[in-house]
Amino acid sequence: MHLLVFIKQVPDASQVRVNYNTGTLIREGVPAIINPFDKHAIEEAVRIKEKFSGTVSVITMGPPMAESSLKEALSMGVDNAYLLSDRVFAGSDTLATSYALWAGAKKIIEEKGDVDIFLSGKQAIDGDTAQTGPGIATRFDIPLVTYAIAIKDIDLKKRTIEIVRLIESGAETIETTFPCFITVEEEINKIRYAPLPYLIRAARATIKILNTKNTKIDSSKCGLKNSPTKVKKAFTPQKRERGEMINKGSMQDTLNFLYENIESTLKDMGKI
Amino acid sequence: MKRKDFDVIIVGAGPSGLAAGFVLAKAGVNTIIIERGKFPGSKNVMGGIFYTKAMDDLIPEFYKEAPVERHIIEQNLWFMDDVSHLGVSFKSQKYNSEPFNSFSVFRAKFDRWFAKKVEQMGALIINETVVTQPIVEGGKVVGVKTDRPDGDLYADVVIGADGVNSFLAKQLGLRNKIKPNIVALAVKEVIGLDKEKINDRFQLRSDKEGAAYEMTGPFLDGMEGMAWLYTNSSSISIGVGVVIQDLIEHKTNPNDLLEKIKAHPSVAPLIEGGQTKEYLAHMIPEGGYYATPKLFTDGFLTTGDAIMFVNNVNREGSNLAIESGKLAAKTYLEAKQTGDFSSKSLSRYQDKIRKSFACKDLSMYKNMPKLLEEKRYFLTKYPQFFIDFVYDWFSVDGVSKPDKIKKAKKEFGDKFGYVNFAKDLYAIWRYMIR
Repeated sequence: MHLLVFIKQVPDASQVRVNYNTGTLIREGVPAIINPFDKHAIEEAVRIKEKFSGTVSVITMGPPMAESSLKEALSMGVDNAYLLSDRVFAGSDTLATSYALWAGAKKIIEEKGDVDIFLSGKQAIDGDTAQTGPGIATRFDIPLVTYAIAIKDIDLKKRTIEIVRLIESGAETIETTFPCFITVEEEINKIRYAPLPYLIRAARATIKILNTKNTKIDSSKCGLKNSPTKVKKAFTPQKRERGEMINKGSMQDTLNFLYENIESTLKDMGKI
Repeated sequence: MKRKDFDVIIVGAGPSGLAAGFVLAKAGVNTIIIERGKFPGSKNVMGGIFYTKAMDDLIPEFYKEAPVERHIIEQNLWFMDDVSHLGVSFKSQKYNSEPFNSFSVFRAKFDRWFAKKVEQMGALIINETVVTQPIVEGGKVVGVKTDRPDGDLYADVVIGADGVNSFLAKQLGLRNKIKPNIVALAVKEVIGLDKEKINDRFQLRSDKEGAAYEMTGPFLDGMEGMAWLYTNSSSISIGVGVVIQDLIEHKTNPNDLLEKIKAHPSVAPLIEGGQTKEYLAHMIPEGGYYATPKLFTDGFLTTGDAIMFVNNVNREGSNLAIESGKLAAKTYLEAKQTGDFSSKSLSRYQDKIRKSFACKDLSMYKNMPKLLEEKRYFLTKYPQFFIDFVYDWFSVDGVSKPDKIKKAKKEFGDKFGYVNFAKDLYAIWRYMIR
């Protein structure tokens, strides 16, 4: 079985702060991490591989520094890592990115054989669009299952997979066929503390670089110029003031205080 | 057959572990370095001055490529009470030429860079993995256990470069539990400040020149410690380290002490307007020569802070760590020729350490800790007397200078006694200079 995971290197959102004077993000000194949802996709791929045997490949698009994320993926048990890196990709939106990743994936298929399951996180924490994964699936013209929270069953003979996915009213179970594309939620698994041999193999591994020279990619579909998404305006949400902490000693006294004051406070705020 | 995954396992990617890894990998030895931090350097802290020599021998002209801040051209030693400082200052253009004597650096950045070099030499570095204990078979160290699944590793020799707490050396019985009177707790802040402001305030002619200040004296309330202030490219490192025993006895914590130093009238203007960017803390070995544990056993060598290889009088530590790492690596290479990694064979390491400049320096100061423990007033009463005297001397208050000297002589005699003073001078001479 061959699994291919698409990951993205993102700034650690928990450490990004907003400069309220200029309305821009303070990215200086913020570490880059694997998009947390993608990390669960890697973990799931490795778990499937361990159960059914096979190989896991991983690809990301980004500058050379994204290698560190691929190294981390390798240390989680991934076998092959590819970095899609070329100046022509700079500024790509989700459409251009899904095109480039699709082209990169085709190159990996050429090298390592057909892929049975493609995986990625449900979305990236920096863009929050949830479009790139589905964009790739569309280009491959294969079944797409988004917001997966569990892989229930895999039948290698019939080449089918049963997936539980989140929907607004709860969860639904879907059966589909290989090859398919799955985007995952965080609750699909718990990321394990990787065994030492994985780490050693990762430290020894080299990362293959894909670019317009060694991969069939149409440059006229990549980059900022060829991205239909335009940023019209960016704004900073109002800085929220810290609420008042009410602590009147015991729980009962605090509740009494709330009970006595809530109506007048809400009236003052114009809420009622 | 005996299992062997690597020739050498190095525990800890600090300066000594990395230096050992560099030398070994360069010689083609199959080496793995295991680091508990997120990346090499992420757990490492030092005051901020790095002496170049040991590193320059390893990687010539490393400073052209490595993330260094400023080379130090001015050194100050201040004795401070709460409102004054009496200082010695030395600044020389001689320090402005390559290979430079010392740099201000950030360990986190620098060690990460150094680690890359070590990897390029062919050593493997594994991060976020904790070595939990040595594997001992037949009385010999043959590997280590880690906290990872399938985490055992076997090798000819394990080098414990695992820092001041060195659990490995402790587990192997090479050292005792460290006592609170031989380690200092140091805290440090990095305060961001514009380059131009730093250049102006510290009278530096470019962003590359730096100044260093060491501060001790009565303001530490009789505790044995040292504060410091170093200039980085666009920030100031300010910190203080105090022997833990003293912190306990004075029921004080170093954070409060650091705030006190930052507010000192001689220090505050130097950092004014800066913004704290980072806060760090670490333990520093202060035991010196006598605190050095046993350095080796069968299949095991230990280096750096783990052997308390720190010269706190001259604030040298990371360069000594590098030196010890190199010597450990050389010892392995010699032992490898005969394939004998027994205690006897590895004892060459001890000879090498003994012959090193670092050990000679430590030996010179070997009685310092004891001296300062017995005669703590070296840091309090004496400096205070001289601070007061200098204040008096420069004050024009109607008292004649001869009278001031007469008064000072009498006070000195009353306070210390000339015989005692002579004894103290003799003690310093006997303990330190000899």
